[in-house]
Amino acid sequence: MDSKEFGEFVTAWCPGCGNFAILKTLKAALAGLGIPPHRLLMVSGIGQAAKTPHYLRCNGFNGLHGRSLPPAQGAKLANGELTVVAVSGDGCSYGEGGNHFLAAMRRNVDITLLAHDNQIYGLTKGQASPTTMQGQVTKAQPLGAPSNPFNPVAVAIAMKVGFVARGFAGDTEQLGDLMQQAIRHKGFSLVDILQPCVSFNKVNTYAWYKERVYRLGEDHDPTDWSAAMHKAMEFGDRIPTGVLFREEKPDFAARFPFLATGPLGRQPVDKAALREAMESYS
Amino acid sequence: MPDGSVNILIAGEAGQGLVTVGDLLTKSLVRSGYLVHVTQDYHSRVRGGHNSFAIRAATHPVEAPVDEIDILVALNQESIDLHRSQVKDGGLLLLGESLDLDGECVIRIPFKELAPRPIFYNVAALGALASVIGLDREAPASLLKKTFAKKGEEIVRQNLEVLEKAYDWATGQGRCRLAPLPPVEHPGTRLMLTGNQAIALGAMAAGVKFCSFYPMTPSTTVALTLAAHGPKLGIMVEQAEDEIAAMNMGLGAAFAGARTIVPTSGGGFALMVEALSLAGMIEQPIVVALIQRPGPATGLPTRTEQGDLNLALYAGHGDFPRAIFAPGTVEDFFRLTIQAFGQAEKWQSPAFVLGDQYLADSYRSVAPFDLDAVPEIVGPDLSDDNADGYERYAVTESGVSPRRIPGFGKSLVLADSDEHTPDGHITEDLAVRNTMVEKRLRKGCGLYADALPPEYSGDGTPDLLLVNWGTSRGAVLEAAAELRAKGAKVGCLHFSQVWPLRPETFLSALQAAKEVVCVEGNATGQFADLLAKAAGVRIGKLVLRYDGLPFTAAYILDKLGSVSETLRCV
Repeated sequence: MDSKEFGEFVTAWCPGCGNFAILKTLKAALAGLGIPPHRLLMVSGIGQAAKTPHYLRCNGFNGLHGRSLPPAQGAKLANGELTVVAVSGDGCSYGEGGNHFLAAMRRNVDITLLAHDNQIYGLTKGQASPTTMQGQVTKAQPLGAPSNPFNPVAVAIAMKVGFVARGFAGDTEQLGDLMQQAIRHKGFSLVDILQPCVSFNKVNTYAWYKERVYRLGEDHDPTDWSAAMHKAMEFGDRIPTGVLFREEKPDFAARFPFLATGPLGRQPVDKAALREAMESYS
Repeated sequence: MPDGSVNILIAGEAGQGLVTVGDLLTKSLVRSGYLVHVTQDYHSRVRGGHNSFAIRAATHPVEAPVDEIDILVALNQESIDLHRSQVKDGGLLLLGESLDLDGECVIRIPFKELAPRPIFYNVAALGALASVIGLDREAPASLLKKTFAKKGEEIVRQNLEVLEKAYDWATGQGRCRLAPLPPVEHPGTRLMLTGNQAIALGAMAAGVKFCSFYPMTPSTTVALTLAAHGPKLGIMVEQAEDEIAAMNMGLGAAFAGARTIVPTSGGGFALMVEALSLAGMIEQPIVVALIQRPGPATGLPTRTEQGDLNLALYAGHGDFPRAIFAPGTVEDFFRLTIQAFGQAEKWQSPAFVLGDQYLADSYRSVAPFDLDAVPEIVGPDLSDDNADGYERYAVTESGVSPRRIPGFGKSLVLADSDEHTPDGHITEDLAVRNTMVEKRLRKGCGLYADALPPEYSGDGTPDLLLVNWGTSRGAVLEAAAELRAKGAKVGCLHFSQVWPLRPETFLSALQAAKEVVCVEGNATGQFADLLAKAAGVRIGKLVLRYDGLPFTAAYILDKLGSVSETLRCV
């Protein structure tokens, strides 16, 4: 399958934005997996990354800020035959949608979250996000961002999410592989994707990441929870990318046998079961 | 019981089993063919507090609770103190074992004598009560056989033994001056249902496949009923992390083709409001069951009110159409939930079923619903014609665009919370903006044309017209009947759909009456205000209730003598 299947669109992103590389890599990854556009549903919230469903030829649900995960899970439960990928930024996924992030990890519905993590709010022009480093000066935080940054991969590993990875927009070869592994994983999977914001984050620039990011080697065992946790906490002079943690376990739908009969929207009302339900009140 | 009815109040602390006794007795009455009306009053706690379960049973239809009690079953001292004054002259008091009270018509139930262990006390109370009201012993006996069948023959036998013993003991005590319930012709199978159970059954009949919710009294039993039957009927019920997630998850499921209901109460719905606006923008059919309780904020969590009409009507930023149903009977909760799904699908808009704690928890005996007569609901466009040219938001004369389901064919479906072009892509083209606003609002004309007219009952040109909506219906009908019995000419105008309102279906009724009074369960007359807005008729006289309790005929009659303006300072 050719990645041209997913179309070419004019975007509203700034020249040099990490989103371009991520989008191109995503299209190639999807084509590599052989997922046809009509079998794919991209769900997003609001932000620059959240515009992604508009720049891919496929089904899309561009909902509310912070709310990419709830409709993504609802859609996947309604139709297990869809490949459902949620895509949004760090503010949307970890800030406004923080509670949904925690719940999605516990629920383990078979969807993938691609979190574009540029450590800043881009669409609203440069306020601190949940992953902005403590002390970083912005117009909204002139004395420096006061709060500790959120570590999404460490939290996900603490919750034993079945697939936890960190990628980098500047290493598209590895990123494409991580996306494919995440989508193939049965259950909730997270790829936190580091990317520069050329307009509003003057600290975590392309060069800043390039200097620090390194690929996890063969010596890292992603099934070793303690080692994964250790690597997840590494974020400073050195930042590891790759599959941090993985664990196979039954997904949410496995507990509901009737979901295996096909999309809920194609199931007729079972009149006999309905009558029985009504008569249980007599 | 001269009029062939009895009003029983079982009262005590939470955890004393009064709901179990009430449930069993009500079911026995329903199975015997009596018509019932149950009102539950409980505090927001699991143990302790003062709770009561009121059963009004009759040979004729009963529409509302009444204050006067024929039989008070008091399981603690507080229940005696609180309710003794409500007991009619000649009424009966049945007391728990440790309680003592002098006076005639007081019977103490010797539970220890009648039952081997405390676990059987509920059945002992059931046997005593069945005897006192003159119910044939076979009714509770067959119910116990059905209820305990799964637990084995020995358990059934023990329960029946306690029932027999208590029934015989109570028969020996007499019933003071209370007459037994007259026999009733058995009408055939009857269901014992609450308003919330009727919503769930209506949703199932309408083909609901998804329910996301966050627990909130008094709405939770809608989801619990769906969850109980979900595995067999293929309904996915998910308890979300919060109400924001519940509504957004519901929209995702609905978008992917599952017919969806989201039950909640006022405070929970307040959290769903942004996503309701999203439903309006992406034109997603979805039904919200909004079961009201008194606010603001946490208010009175376990009591009733009709205070969220304005919330349902104005919720969501921006302009988009909606339909709001407010059933007045358990049967209508079933019928109008189906209607809500039908309207939501047909006009691709959110639809509400407004209930409240009173009818949500109130059991009624109803005839089984005719499931074969459930109207067919127009579903999404399952064709895949011209898939390449498919546009989710194609501009049409009615405003309704063919709604396809992602993954069901080659057609690609794109929904966007931003203003969008017909193919669903984000746009800031202001001409497109106008086209889309107008397209969405044209669907409001369809909802308007389909709106149900109010139900009029009573005298042709009444001196007094009692306007009401939702669950106030029953008490208003009873109040009107009492006034008519005294010679007054009274009409009732009941609205079971409160938005959109079509003035041509009710203006003449409002104008024909000499005096119009609006009866509603809130402090400001929200529906009277809405009538003024929609029909240009201002009803100045209001009978309002906002103490958390349901209307009774006696309350309405009392207030009619002194109807006043609302509490607003305008």
